[in-house]
Amino acid sequence: MSSEPESFDVVVVGAGPAGLAAAAVAAESGRRVALLEGSPWLGGQVWRTSDDPVVRASRLHSDDPVVRASRLHLPRFTSPEPVQENPPTSHGQTPPQPARTWINRGQRAGVAVFPSTTVVAAPAPGLLRTDRGTDFAWRRLILAVGARELFLPFPGWTLPNVMGAGALTLMSKTGLPVRGKRVVVAGSGPLLLAVAAELRQHGAHVVRVVEQADLASLIRFGLALPRLAPAKLWQGLGYAVRLLGVPYQTGCWPVAAQGHDTVETVTLTDGRRRWTDRCDYLACGFGLVPNLELAQLLGCQLDPTGVRVSHRQETSVPAVFCAGEPTGIGGAERALVEGQIAGFAAAEREVDVARLQAARVRHQRFANALARAFALREELKALAAPDTLVCRCEDVSHRELDHCRSWTEAKLHTRCGMGSCQGRLCGAATRFLYGWELPSVRPPIQPVPLAALALPPSRSDLETHNPAP
Amino acid sequence: MAESVTLTVNGVPVRVPAGTTIAAAVTAAGVTRFRRSVSGEPRAPLCGMGICYECRVTLDGLPHSRSCLLLCADHQEVRTDE
Repeated sequence: MSSEPESFDVVVVGAGPAGLAAAAVAAESGRRVALLEGSPWLGGQVWRTSDDPVVRASRLHSDDPVVRASRLHLPRFTSPEPVQENPPTSHGQTPPQPARTWINRGQRAGVAVFPSTTVVAAPAPGLLRTDRGTDFAWRRLILAVGARELFLPFPGWTLPNVMGAGALTLMSKTGLPVRGKRVVVAGSGPLLLAVAAELRQHGAHVVRVVEQADLASLIRFGLALPRLAPAKLWQGLGYAVRLLGVPYQTGCWPVAAQGHDTVETVTLTDGRRRWTDRCDYLACGFGLVPNLELAQLLGCQLDPTGVRVSHRQETSVPAVFCAGEPTGIGGAERALVEGQIAGFAAAEREVDVARLQAARVRHQRFANALARAFALREELKALAAPDTLVCRCEDVSHRELDHCRSWTEAKLHTRCGMGSCQGRLCGAATRFLYGWELPSVRPPIQPVPLAALALPPSRSDLETHNPAP
Repeated sequence: MAESVTLTVNGVPVRVPAGTTIAAAVTAAGVTRFRRSVSGEPRAPLCGMGICYECRVTLDGLPHSRSCLLLCADHQEVRTDE
């Protein structure tokens, strides 16, 4: 347990594209920067591989404090291993080039990286507490906490091997054997194509990809792509080529999954007819939703699409910045731009902030077009049967929630949202299904050992580590 | 040949490549039920990124460990369905 917080000019939370870029440019500007990441990997979900430097460092030293600390929940720090330019592979992958570029830039500029370290509370202004019981004092804070998949309840969605679309890819990249497995990929968003391509690369038999959006809206989106983002077009074509032979069906969605111990079949529909596919995995995600808990905890104002930010990525709370998916779902390239802007803004390099504004606007247009093209259809609100569970932590059914008018009422009458995930899953689902507001947030924002919360910040912490005005 | 680590899942030794998550090792060991829900349903990983808590296992005696965020190491003892 540390009572003395480590003090930094800039603390960045989240080591995906936005966080890596923010940390690197802030450190290159001479600021003392800490980068906190809840997982053992750098690169976030989008760039996750089994071979990133932190993973390699951990396994080269089986007694590595990061590994031991993450197992034992001990508050231990370590300085990261030097990054190799071209690390060898074990699962046949290397970290994607942009990830390596940004990790190396951050490393050279002296970013202090803290993997497997999750922020759980903000006990005082300018102070963050982690699940290791350690505190970080900041003058500027950059939230780059990414997004998660939207899961919507349908009969059978709680069966083992019904997973998120991105989730199955993430797990296959870190050792889950999918070779020869039959996988149906379903839900919504460009992620589905990337997922199917990745799974195929890992040897899975992708039976079918079903996208709930209509062909017409995808064609409109496709036609606008060259204007919005040429790189995305090539990326999309690349996936299409790798997916040759896999049916990609638009205007289709899953209605139920069946199986005994694990999922065995999934029933799909195009709105007129229904059919059933055999599968070992159903990889199903209805797009992405921003991770907002930390911003909410800090009192940042929200817009309908995410955290409200200025052109400098500054939130409504002074000295707190936000970049990437939490400000609105727009992908890795947008996150890189916003991350750099946040890093420059935190280092008060306003010329560089201005230089990136055109790119920022362009990526925002892409994000808006993305949201329009993959808007969720009304039929998805009717998938849950009365006995379908909506809250998986406390096993609360659609029947129990259907008559509630708000999140507060649901909490009063059921235990919806009061389990381990703290409403992260059912909060987004009930917002879509019933139109409820997002649940409010209170610390700790992740379940933690009591010891991690026990010590209040010392008086001197409060006096010396207030953020700059 | 990549480095490998050996751990036990419900007492059965499992050998996996280094860099494998506990969640993947549990699946590789043939276990499909990671935990039992409050009404007794079998559950397994959903989100793969530490959000949903469906992949909880007991790791070296420590309950509620999110297996999708933890890497395998030699001599670990994993128990599911507790």
